[in-house]
Amino acid sequence: MARFLVRRILQGILVMLLVTLLVFGIFFLGGNANTVATRLAGRNATPQTIALVAKRLHLNQSVPLQYWDFLEQLVWHHNLGYSYFHEQPVGSVLKQAAPITLSLALGAAVIWLILGVLSGVLSAVKRGRIIDRAITTLALFFYSFPTFVLGLMLLFLVSYQLQKRGIRIFPGQGYVYFSASPTKWFESLVLPWITLALVSAATYTRLTRGSLLEVMGEDYIRTARAKGLSERRVVFRHGLRSALTPVASQFGIDVGVLVGGAVVTEQVFGMPGLGYTAVQSINNGDLPVIIGIVIVASAAVIVANILVDLVYAVLDPRVRLH
Amino acid sequence: MTLPSSIPATELDVPTTLDGEVPVAIRGRSTWQLAWARLRKDRAAIISAVIILLVVLMAIFAPVIAALTGHGVDHQYRTTGLTTSGLPRGPSGTFLLGTDDLGRDVLVRIAYGARISLFVGVVATLATVAIGAVLGMMAGYFSGAVDSVIARLVDLVLSFPFLLFAISLVSVTHPSLTVVIIVISVFGWAAVARIVRGQVLSIREKEYIEAARSLGASPWRIMFIDVLPNVVTQLVVYATLLIPITVVLEATLSFLGVGVPPPTADWGQMISESSTIYQQAWWFLVFPSLALLITTVSFNVLGDGVRDALDPRLNRQ
Repeated sequence: MARFLVRRILQGILVMLLVTLLVFGIFFLGGNANTVATRLAGRNATPQTIALVAKRLHLNQSVPLQYWDFLEQLVWHHNLGYSYFHEQPVGSVLKQAAPITLSLALGAAVIWLILGVLSGVLSAVKRGRIIDRAITTLALFFYSFPTFVLGLMLLFLVSYQLQKRGIRIFPGQGYVYFSASPTKWFESLVLPWITLALVSAATYTRLTRGSLLEVMGEDYIRTARAKGLSERRVVFRHGLRSALTPVASQFGIDVGVLVGGAVVTEQVFGMPGLGYTAVQSINNGDLPVIIGIVIVASAAVIVANILVDLVYAVLDPRVRLH
Repeated sequence: MTLPSSIPATELDVPTTLDGEVPVAIRGRSTWQLAWARLRKDRAAIISAVIILLVVLMAIFAPVIAALTGHGVDHQYRTTGLTTSGLPRGPSGTFLLGTDDLGRDVLVRIAYGARISLFVGVVATLATVAIGAVLGMMAGYFSGAVDSVIARLVDLVLSFPFLLFAISLVSVTHPSLTVVIIVISVFGWAAVARIVRGQVLSIREKEYIEAARSLGASPWRIMFIDVLPNVVTQLVVYATLLIPITVVLEATLSFLGVGVPPPTADWGQMISESSTIYQQAWWFLVFPSLALLITTVSFNVLGDGVRDALDPRLNRQ
């Protein structure tokens, strides 16, 4: 188990190195020191700032040395760089945005996991009946829904229509901090949660249904039934346990991706989380922030992947042998 | 002779020729013929195919639609298309689906937008599947070092957040159709490669591959002549299911402002522009959204149908 864990962590570090190499390639190559420095310093940078950036990042050195420097700052000093647009370290910009993304992503994840798995189980158990058809049709419908279309439709059909009738339950856009008002915080998150959860739940419904149907055809399920167990016990104890493996791996990856920024949902609902900040940074020409978010987001995905593998290995000893 | 699809079940059995009659010829049916026979019975899939055909026709004949309405795609009708206070005009006899924030005809722009969506949907999907198939076959066939390198590349691609990659690229270059297609295919191939690799691992051990090898065929010849035809069904299924995902990705990139740049008519971009003004102009939000939604739902239903038709085991357990 320890060896398995060590190998997975080493693999994760290797992939993270490749990520930094790619980021470095995108942002630091393709131009001389001056153009790169101008790019990183932002649109309104003075020549002094540009010179300062070039000096700080050692842009006059050879490329391998520059990359080494970039890595050293990142790993040794936990320094994600400096945003010349915000006039503060990238780390503090991200610290302000992260809680917003986290409350959005984690809240939605809980909703879609429950919704997706339960509807998937129901659909598989009632296979071929009208309820199965209804669930599969709905799942296909929401699966086809682009997130931003669903979000805007909810804003238009729920928030705006209610507001027109004088009911202001869901604010249209924006985010309220939990510390400012817990109830307002909750209200500002309801529609974004629903948007993210409905689109994702559809994938989980399809995944759970397919996987459970496959498992229920196995011999050991017949054995469990032959023992005289109740159908509920057979489905939830015996069937679902192995049917949930692909669901768990999908869940890990999805949450990992979202923690790095629920880009579209944040953009639709004007919530200044990591994804929204990244999109704004294009318009602001604030590249250091984009670099920081990409690195944090990739790290989140890599950690999520390792956690998923770890959960697998605990649940299924065969995994450790590979 | 009857058509293949209407052969009665009895004719499929080996004919008995006890009294020396000439046996009825048995006609072999390819995977594709069998799949087509199943698919045409799937009413939802056929309806979706018809809708997709209509969208394709709308894209092809977008200039005709423009000519019929008399409205150019990028032309801003500032007097007829906007109200006196500068707001879009709703659906009417002149502007069937209303106008947008700049007084352009929404119907004509939806028709032209279909071109971008379908073009990216098809081209990026083909590129994705091609890259994935080649790398997947290499990983599966050569194994060893090649496999490890490709496996790490797959890990890299799958752990690099897709939208943020697009945002990064656009922040150092400029948004364009090419960037959109590159971003989508660079991110899609990994999933295809995984599937193909798994298939190739088992195909590699088959006798006919050994036979080809003993005849002195090169690895590349074996991969493309002997292995590829055996994974084509999976690739077709995957490609059909990938098209709607690609269409949504393209629209999403354009919605975020990192896709197709204005003034090119594009569904994602129209929806993005409408998001600030939908309270005064619902048609500007609703019609492009419907176009996008109808297209993706149809492709998904058709994709499910194609999958069931090509892989009937899934349905009959």
